[in-house]
Amino acid sequence: MADTTANKSASRGIALPRVNSRAVVMTLYLLFLLLPIYWLLNMSLKTNTEILNDFTLWPRDLTFANYATILTDPAWYMGYVNSLIYVVMNTVISLTVALPAAYAFSRYHFMGDKHLFFWLLTNRMAPAAVFALPFFQLYSSIGLFDTHIAVALAHCLFNVPLAVWILEGFMRGVPKEIDETAYIDGYSFGRFFVKIFMPLIASGIGVAAFFCFMFSWVELLLSRTLTTVDAKPIAAIMTRTQGAAGIDWGVLAAAGVLTIVPGALVIYFVRNYIAKGFALGRV
Amino acid sequence: MDWMAWTWPTAAFFGIIACTLIVFTILAIKFPETPRIGILRIETTRGDRLFITLLGSAFINLAWLGLVGANQPYALILCLIYAAAVFRWV
Amino acid sequence: MDKTVNQKAWFLVLPVLLLVAFSAVVPLMTVVNYSVQDTFGNNEFFWAGLEWFEEMLASERMWDALGRQLLFSAIILAIEVPLGVFVALNMPKSGFWASFCLVLMSLPLLIPWNVVGTIWQIFGRVDIGLLGYVLDALGIPYNYTQDSLAAWITIIVMDVWHWTSLVALLAYAGLKSIPDAYYQAAKIDQASRWKVFRFIELPKMMGVLMIAILLRFMDSFMIYTEPFVVTGGGPGNSTTLLSIDLVKMALGQFDLGPAAAFSIMYFLVILLICWVFYTVMTNLDKREG
Repeated sequence: MADTTANKSASRGIALPRVNSRAVVMTLYLLFLLLPIYWLLNMSLKTNTEILNDFTLWPRDLTFANYATILTDPAWYMGYVNSLIYVVMNTVISLTVALPAAYAFSRYHFMGDKHLFFWLLTNRMAPAAVFALPFFQLYSSIGLFDTHIAVALAHCLFNVPLAVWILEGFMRGVPKEIDETAYIDGYSFGRFFVKIFMPLIASGIGVAAFFCFMFSWVELLLSRTLTTVDAKPIAAIMTRTQGAAGIDWGVLAAAGVLTIVPGALVIYFVRNYIAKGFALGRV
Repeated sequence: MDWMAWTWPTAAFFGIIACTLIVFTILAIKFPETPRIGILRIETTRGDRLFITLLGSAFINLAWLGLVGANQPYALILCLIYAAAVFRWV
Repeated sequence: MDKTVNQKAWFLVLPVLLLVAFSAVVPLMTVVNYSVQDTFGNNEFFWAGLEWFEEMLASERMWDALGRQLLFSAIILAIEVPLGVFVALNMPKSGFWASFCLVLMSLPLLIPWNVVGTIWQIFGRVDIGLLGYVLDALGIPYNYTQDSLAAWITIIVMDVWHWTSLVALLAYAGLKSIPDAYYQAAKIDQASRWKVFRFIELPKMMGVLMIAILLRFMDSFMIYTEPFVVTGGGPGNSTTLLSIDLVKMALGQFDLGPAAAFSIMYFLVILLICWVFYTVMTNLDKREG
């Protein structure tokens, strides 16, 4: 008895500094992650004269003029609208086609299923640079160049396989007996799928939607190649502004900060699902 | 289809690949695949061996082109030997 | 779970098949067609045979880019995987701080890639960036637009900043799936911290770690936007990775033939690596199950 208490206190003695060292590691790592983002935020709230002439750790001359420039000029804010349109379109298309396919992979063996799955996976891994030129030719020839749907379809290249992969993992966790009971009760496949099955894997659909949103939102090469004016994403508008004589650092930084906002909002809403989605290791 | 710039050799190439896939599908229907473990110590089915053969052949052709020069018929002979070996032992 | 054989499942997969065939197979066929022809614009093509393949295989430019690419991916993996595991081991297990860390760590993953580039481009500048300014003030010569070593360090640190969280989150998810009983057994055996890691945590994380390594390898192998925004492939060609070189060739110079030949070889390498990883992963799965 005395032995165990001694042991306990000893382990507590060791545990205490270990908790601290954990906190130190995490603090350092988060600091490393946040410092560059803070710097961008800091710059976006300064005037260009302050950015270029004084090196200040926080804005002395706080200004929201950079944000005002972006939010009042259609050439700027339409970039955000365009990006959001094709990202949402892509997420909807990807999920719609991926749901039945993932169900098939999770429930049935069929001829060539493994090869098909592997082939889908290779498309997730294929470099966008390989596809940029043929996509440009393809969408020009069918008259979809510079439309939102073209970018949405192009992003399906890597988002559909990803969605299938994630959803398959979630669906495998749903016992098969549920399907069988529903069929015995006289549900048709479609009604069963929408009424019973989809609510069961709601969190999986959320995670898949999150990753589709994320990868479509962050991609630049294809969306830039496939658009010129009408569907130009914000990311491409930013690169163009950089080329102008004398970079407007303040506005550039403000535009950067504004691109982080939708992502941050999405993370906040799905934070409890992210870990679960990662737990399945299907990213 | 104009923009795809088709040529006869590439069309034939894809035709052959498509035919191989169809033949293997029919084979899989007629004689169901049974996985086995070969010298690579991984489980392979007939379809897997076809994939290994095709991918390997692509690399053999590239290596031949880079090291020996443009004499692809010889490289293709090498590929056939390689294919036979894959189907026999892998 | 045992699955039933059902060939009708093909109908469920058909939409995916058609969509991905449209966006993957058609472009790939086009690339193959371009790779054997020469063009002077106007959609006029001339048969060139295997000339471009020969040219690309003999070109030092491609081999150099491949070498740089392999070096980059190797360094990235060597840093991000151990660091990610280390961070995951130190993350709070549950409660407010766990989700606090999760949210902040996911933040870099959600930033558009060119903004990631812009952030580091600004951050590293000697005149207006915190990192560059501090290094300069400390007397360390650092200029990523002139010095290739500094450029390399910048893009590597940037990638570590961008993607270590992904490895950490995956490893964290793997860790969370370990039942408490394992740790209690280890405590009874008075196993050291290292032994707990080596014999309990690492084997349980192996599956997710393989996926993390696969994803990090593939994504770093095709990285384009971030280093392009920061260095533009320079100084000289010192940070011209495979994708940067390819885009330069295909969209910049519009050299369809060589770019297509390059693309095919690039794709074959990816296919090979992908297959090796996939085979290893499925075999790991089988051994566990």
